[in-house]
Amino acid sequence: MSAIFKRELCSYFTSPVGYAVLAVFMFFSGIFFWVQCLYVGTSNMSSVFQSMFFIVLFVIPLITMRLFAEDKRQKTEQALLTAPVSIAGIVLSKFLSALLMFAFCLCSYIIEGIALSFMTTPDWSVIIGNVFGMALLGSAFCAIGIFISSLTESVIVAAIASFAINALISLFDTVSSTIPIAFIKNFISSLSFQTRYGHFALGLFSLADVVYFVTVTFIFLFLTDRVIERKRWA
Amino acid sequence: MIKVKNLTKTYVRNKALDNISFSLNEGDILGFLGPNGAGKSTTMNIITGYLSADSGTIEIDGTDIIENPTLAKKKIGYLPEIPPLYNDMTVQGYLEFMFKLKKVKLPMKEHIATICDMVKITDVKGRIIKYLSKGYRQRVGLAQALLGEPPVLILDEPTVGLDPQQIIEIRKLIRELGKKHTVILSSHLLSEVQAVCDKIIIINNGKIVTSGNTDELTATGKATARMQLVIEGRMQSVYSVLERIDGVTRVDEHGECEKGCYEYFIESSRDVRRLVFRAFAKTDYNILSMKPVSVSLEDTYLDIISGKTEGVNNNVSDI
Repeated sequence: MSAIFKRELCSYFTSPVGYAVLAVFMFFSGIFFWVQCLYVGTSNMSSVFQSMFFIVLFVIPLITMRLFAEDKRQKTEQALLTAPVSIAGIVLSKFLSALLMFAFCLCSYIIEGIALSFMTTPDWSVIIGNVFGMALLGSAFCAIGIFISSLTESVIVAAIASFAINALISLFDTVSSTIPIAFIKNFISSLSFQTRYGHFALGLFSLADVVYFVTVTFIFLFLTDRVIERKRWA
Repeated sequence: MIKVKNLTKTYVRNKALDNISFSLNEGDILGFLGPNGAGKSTTMNIITGYLSADSGTIEIDGTDIIENPTLAKKKIGYLPEIPPLYNDMTVQGYLEFMFKLKKVKLPMKEHIATICDMVKITDVKGRIIKYLSKGYRQRVGLAQALLGEPPVLILDEPTVGLDPQQIIEIRKLIRELGKKHTVILSSHLLSEVQAVCDKIIIINNGKIVTSGNTDELTATGKATARMQLVIEGRMQSVYSVLERIDGVTRVDEHGECEKGCYEYFIESSRDVRRLVFRAFAKTDYNILSMKPVSVSLEDTYLDIISGKTEGVNNNVSDI
């Protein structure tokens, strides 16, 4: 399992993908930090985290797009599936490598927090809480991306479809505003990634939000496992 | 070492494998022959655990691949039709990855170096796989199959893309490996199977058509004698004389080769040279040439696939 994890992680940096993802994330994070903190003169980074939501939406499909699609295209999945490793182990290794890649991106917030500490006293609890929330959001996005990647041989299709599905779930709150029946409206709104993540961005820690993201992650990883297993029986 | 029993696999409505059974002992080299879509790769993919069967059992060295896939897979080295190579890795990096993936307990550097020497890829160990030639890629694929010294080797067309010198070397290597490992090899090259394998299974439309050792199968073909004849005389009359000869099962006319002379190929269940001579001695037609045609494994194979010849051993579990 660790072999697959290391290989996938290294593969981000033996191709331009890893560098491109880091560059895009850090560029926009830096821009938002400069415009919404340094330029305005505030130590509150909440607005930076809120703005970065859409960048994460765009960046994570780039991280997950090739995880299974590329294996199918190159026929390397035969090496993985005939090795003495369980399918769950393969899925988990790939997921953890994608999550760690995303965690590298999140380091930019720590750098920004340190930069802020030279000028004022940053609210570390808000920064760490937000990084934690964004890691949970990233985990759900990664699980969805891996699931989509397991359905296709094309990395481009995987990236576009992951982006579309992540965006759709994120915008559930906007969609729900058009529904007149209150309990359906509230239910759909509560499924929105944006609503759930918004609580973290505002500095609110809710166990329900944590459980929600962990559940979404688990469901999509489980579905990925089933998709691969089903293919063996096709 | 390998016991396959009543293996059946259906793709949607198409039966890819129909109740296939065979078993192999340690050190056997089995050649899988069959036309495209016969079920060779499907059988190999099921034995290695890549695909699941609808029904049937597979035991690898006493371990059932369905009940204990992790242990069974450790005992198999598999080279698929398209070698499973990561193009962005170096050969050394890839083999180290596969070594760890297969959870091999041997000293890594020494073991990889030994295998690289064996398949002659030591000089390209540091190169990125993407830039390797097809022959080298095939050999890297073979190297990963050999990692961990698995008792069972399954090689799907192992010499594809190699030059003649490399093909000879790899065949020699497979024969060497056959002393320690049980090898299943599929190939579309009949000469390759003839040169390397002790035993052969011919598979067609998902069923084992015949099985046995190479000599047995060639002898099956020899049960049908073939002759090439050049006879002077009216074609239709000569044809009818040939057809009436006792033992002749088939007559094919291959056109006029000289003025008034026609070439014929005849098949018979026994040696009919004397009968042919006597039959034409009574007529005005002259035999200008009569030559027995030798039967190769290729002829046997084509006959079996087309259903002209029955297999030697339909009770394939005996193989």
